[in-house]
Amino acid sequence: MKNEPGMMVAVTQEWHVARAQRAATALARSVGLSQVAVYSLATSVSELANNLFFHTRVGGTITLRAVRQNGSVGVEIVAEDDGPGIADVDSAMRDGFTTNGGLGVGLPGVKRLMDEFEIESQVGAGTRVVAVIWSAGATLQP
Amino acid sequence: MKVAILKLRGILLTSIPIDMNDEDAMAFQADVLRMLSDTEATGLVIDITAMNVVDSYMARVINDTAVQAGMLGAQVVLCGMQPDVALTLIEMGRELIGVETALNLDQAFNRLETMIEEREA
Repeated sequence: MKNEPGMMVAVTQEWHVARAQRAATALARSVGLSQVAVYSLATSVSELANNLFFHTRVGGTITLRAVRQNGSVGVEIVAEDDGPGIADVDSAMRDGFTTNGGLGVGLPGVKRLMDEFEIESQVGAGTRVVAVIWSAGATLQP
Repeated sequence: MKVAILKLRGILLTSIPIDMNDEDAMAFQADVLRMLSDTEATGLVIDITAMNVVDSYMARVINDTAVQAGMLGAQVVLCGMQPDVALTLIEMGRELIGVETALNLDQAFNRLETMIEEREA
């Protein structure tokens, strides 16, 4: 996978969620993702950034970058925090599970919206989510 | 950021702006309820034409607003969802939006009028 330098957005306040979302939309458009892929990415970034804001005391970072592989172009999101971590990742990935009165579709929703999804979490150490969306129809720039 | 709520022929009309934060959402819900109570409107149209992203948080705000308005006796229709937002929402979770929906404002008004007539029949 050929990667380009990423762009990091710190999410420590609520309005940073919108900023991360705008950065994701701009990057997705610039690499030529389809409209629905742009919306899927923006929604995923919004979910992950909201998690950083609502579930950690200190916030975290969203890093976005264009990725290229086998003629496809995509966008990768890395959401990282040094927050409390998720005690039960399997439950957090299940629809309807919530610890803050939300709808409980954030993480499983992101997994469905994106093509690749990985989550690592350690209680007391933090959480890291890596997700990629590919645009199958896009052409590789030499 | 204040969200405008307009009254037209017994129906309240409001359009959710693109960047609505938690605080705005709370104020918006309170304003809708106050307007419903003050105007005795029997219907509410929530337009989301401006929204490119309806995440689970915004879906909850919309659903909660509709439930609250329903408690004051108003029928609620959501309109103006962009096609790509609909695709994204279905992928996120099928049950996310639990509100009656219409394509556009025209259809939302027609739907509401039918719903209100049926209820009063």
